[in-house]
Amino acid sequence: MKRFFPWIVLVLVLISLAASCRMPKGAPGSFDFPKFGKIPVLEEGRLKPLDTVARNALVILRGRQTVRLEEGRTLPAIQWLADVAFNVPGADQYPTFAINNPEVLGLFGWQQGERKYFSYAELEPFFGKIDTEGQQAAGIDSAQRSPYQTAIYNLRNGLIVYQRLKHSLWPEGTQEFASEVKAYEKLLPIGREAMKKGGQEPASGDLALFKKFTEGYQMLAEASSIQPVPPVDAAARRNGDWVSLGTSLSQALKNGTVHPLVKAYAEMGEAYRAGKADLFNKEVDAIAASMAVQEPVAAGRASFEFLFNHIAPFYQSMQLYVLVFLLVCGSWLGWSNSLGRSAVYVTLVALALHTFGLAARMYLQGRPPVTNLYSSAVFIGWGTVIIGLFLERIFRDGIGLACASVIGFITLIIAHHLAGSGDTLEMLRAVLDTNIWLATHVVSITIGYSAMFLAGMLAMFYVLRGVLTRSLTRDAAQSLARMTYGVLCFATLFSFVGTVLGGIWADQSWGRFWGWDPKENGALLIVLWCAIILHARWGGYIRQRGLMVLAIFGNVITSFSWFGVNMLGVGLHSYGFMDKAFPWLMVFVASQLGLIALAAVPPARWRSPLGN
Amino acid sequence: MWHRLLDAVSSLKLTIVCLTAALVLVFAGTLAQVHFGTHVVQERYFQSLFIWWPAESRIRIPVFPGGHLLGAVLVLNLLAAHLRRFRLSLRNLGMHLIHGGLILMLAGGLFTDLLSVESQMQLVPGETKNYSEDGRLTELVIVDQRSSDADRVVSIPEARLRKAGSVELNGFPFRVVIQHYYENSELRMLSNAGPGAVPVADHGVGAQIAVKELPRVTAVDGRDVKSVVIQLLPVGTDQGTASLGTWLVSEGLGGPQTFSYAGGPWRLEMRAVRYYKPYSVTLQKFTHERYPGTEIPKNFASQITLDDPGHAVHRDALIYMNHPLRYAGETYYQSGFGQDDKSSIFQVVHNPSFIAPYVACAIISFGMLIQFCQHFVGFTRKTPSPRAK
Repeated sequence: MKRFFPWIVLVLVLISLAASCRMPKGAPGSFDFPKFGKIPVLEEGRLKPLDTVARNALVILRGRQTVRLEEGRTLPAIQWLADVAFNVPGADQYPTFAINNPEVLGLFGWQQGERKYFSYAELEPFFGKIDTEGQQAAGIDSAQRSPYQTAIYNLRNGLIVYQRLKHSLWPEGTQEFASEVKAYEKLLPIGREAMKKGGQEPASGDLALFKKFTEGYQMLAEASSIQPVPPVDAAARRNGDWVSLGTSLSQALKNGTVHPLVKAYAEMGEAYRAGKADLFNKEVDAIAASMAVQEPVAAGRASFEFLFNHIAPFYQSMQLYVLVFLLVCGSWLGWSNSLGRSAVYVTLVALALHTFGLAARMYLQGRPPVTNLYSSAVFIGWGTVIIGLFLERIFRDGIGLACASVIGFITLIIAHHLAGSGDTLEMLRAVLDTNIWLATHVVSITIGYSAMFLAGMLAMFYVLRGVLTRSLTRDAAQSLARMTYGVLCFATLFSFVGTVLGGIWADQSWGRFWGWDPKENGALLIVLWCAIILHARWGGYIRQRGLMVLAIFGNVITSFSWFGVNMLGVGLHSYGFMDKAFPWLMVFVASQLGLIALAAVPPARWRSPLGN
Repeated sequence: MWHRLLDAVSSLKLTIVCLTAALVLVFAGTLAQVHFGTHVVQERYFQSLFIWWPAESRIRIPVFPGGHLLGAVLVLNLLAAHLRRFRLSLRNLGMHLIHGGLILMLAGGLFTDLLSVESQMQLVPGETKNYSEDGRLTELVIVDQRSSDADRVVSIPEARLRKAGSVELNGFPFRVVIQHYYENSELRMLSNAGPGAVPVADHGVGAQIAVKELPRVTAVDGRDVKSVVIQLLPVGTDQGTASLGTWLVSEGLGGPQTFSYAGGPWRLEMRAVRYYKPYSVTLQKFTHERYPGTEIPKNFASQITLDDPGHAVHRDALIYMNHPLRYAGETYYQSGFGQDDKSSIFQVVHNPSFIAPYVACAIISFGMLIQFCQHFVGFTRKTPSPRAK
């Protein structure tokens, strides 16, 4: 049994993975949401499947990727999007908006109670208030906003996101979009004629109808956040100028015909509203087929991104890291060999998923792995797991895996919370638009963070084990110290090289090798701290315990460099959405200081007999 | 005695003390940026020998070593350590390279602080300039426009204005008495300035303007509005007898003012310090692309023509994000745009020691690699593996 146990664990893990990755197959006669979700559209400057649009919007509005209706039913994101974008009656009553701030609730005269989510229809009477208050908050620097101002600002933004989706695929108030588009196309010659005359004459009959249509489409063009129609002419194709349904309908006036895709969307929406699944699926198939021919690259990427969303590799590997940690802890209690081996196997599976996720993001974005704070968190976890596996290979005592799994788990949780601002594959601002520096500077710095956190984690193990248990023998302590030292050297190398590469990038793009920007200073702090630790050790000023204390403080410095400087709101590297993280950072710093205090307990009083 | 001093200077303890002080300095400096902005912090914390408290006062005490002092002590410490403690050997090669590179890098940093000049050039399409402007320093300019052939210009730098007193202008028929200098100011028309407001000058537009002194701007992208009130006195006369009048000269006025004296027009202006070049730059075209359907900038690019008759250079160049133009010891970076996308702004950098960090980095990285490999080989060899036993 013991011999086969690791293999059994591995097979069970793989089976459960395969089960959760299986594509849901719609029952015959139901709406084919997966295929609808794969349709590529342009949003926020990036081509993505509708599924991603839906998930990102929901994450912004309510912090999760599904909507739980009051009657207990759960709507997947894509179905919610279809309901909202096709203006299905009742969609405005879904509890879509998360509001937690009591002052915001008070603004509407509501008490904070059991309900956390509210519907668009419920908020409608307060749009005026939300707009004035939100606009006022928008005028304040994000670092200076009070929690109330942040909440009202976010609510106003959320309402804008919602309204834009609502005006993306269906003109408001229209009942039969498809027949309307047909009528509009027939009227095009009349409209063109009127345009030539300057459009001054009083409109009546057909022309009045035509004008009514164009006004509605104008609204659709201005408000829409989704651009589903691929470019027609060569110039637009070069710029990747996809357009909204409304814009395409306005362009029809020039071309004389309505783009077939617009007709297909109109038919699809009408079928969806009428509950005709067969008709809906037929139009979805038609759109998918035409995309596959006209925009094969976009269609391919969109359907891959759909798969990526569905598998949710980071979520899966997060769960596996918990399992790894449990297995390692088990191996310390007994059955060490087989549980230890099981932990290695599960780590490998988790790492494979983690790697797949990183590689998929790189493929989708066409960029090196780290482009924003979210991806830095994902990458730090990934780097730590690799170094941890490496340590495990050398030392074979489970410590490397335990540390790696804890950091892997925590960084993925952090990443999950950083994703709340919407698309994590956002387009890069001009100044960041250089793959060479993203691939070298940013990656080195992030590997440096990984190693710093791993060293800190190893030191935490040392202290906790030494003070609280009897298990830290002299050999164990020595091997932990060696690991920590080795990882710190590694961290020094990468942090230094990364910092310097950053300087070179800055010199290349601003003519300033070093500008004392807070993020640069943060990187420098890590390098200085590493130098201090290494020199203090070489000089014999610190020994094992001292090394551990300094390594733990390295966690504080690294977290300041990674997160803290972004909260200062100064300089070129600061980004928003950090207000929620501040208390957590303080908790983390306090916990590290607590551990340092624990390490300061004289060794004679540790439960492990280190001194003797 | 001498030996003990040398021991102290070359000791590892001093290294650690310096590194720790540097850590504290960088941390404090980073936090201080929230209140004082990057430029002020840079001057007070990093490009100084000491941090003074209070920062701007005649009586002040040094509270912490500044960046220049720490850098200098570290360099000394490194040099002394290598002279006394390290033996030149292949085994120590990594260490020698790392420390040698570090010395070069610190020295390069000092030279950059002392020698580099950063300025900006803002151009609208079709415009030609042969000068760039300082982002922060200003000067008072007095122009003699009496001759139709050429203007005669004198400029009085900010530092001189700050000292007040009288300034003789070589060859000009009058001298300047600085009455009041404002580091940052707000100008208001007397009619809007409220009751009790008085004009600060009796000639020019200043006669209708009240000036309010403001604290200096700390934001990275902010700029002080510098103003000065001056009196002009004919050469060889005393105050009170023959004053030509007082003028308010300010960046807030939006343009120069003129007056007549000694048979012709003169011009007064407060403006950014200019750095003239022996060549000129013409902006042909500026583009600012955004990602379709968004406001996220995708690229800025400027098509320019470089004209240097002295070196028979006349060529076109494209400057865009991360792709600067290097010419005649200066580097032009696309830094941004102004006036609603109509004008292009370049950062112009003159830094003779820009190569030092590159060389230093290469040396240090190489040294670290050697050092790391040596350790790594030892690390994998010596390590016991409990389960393998």
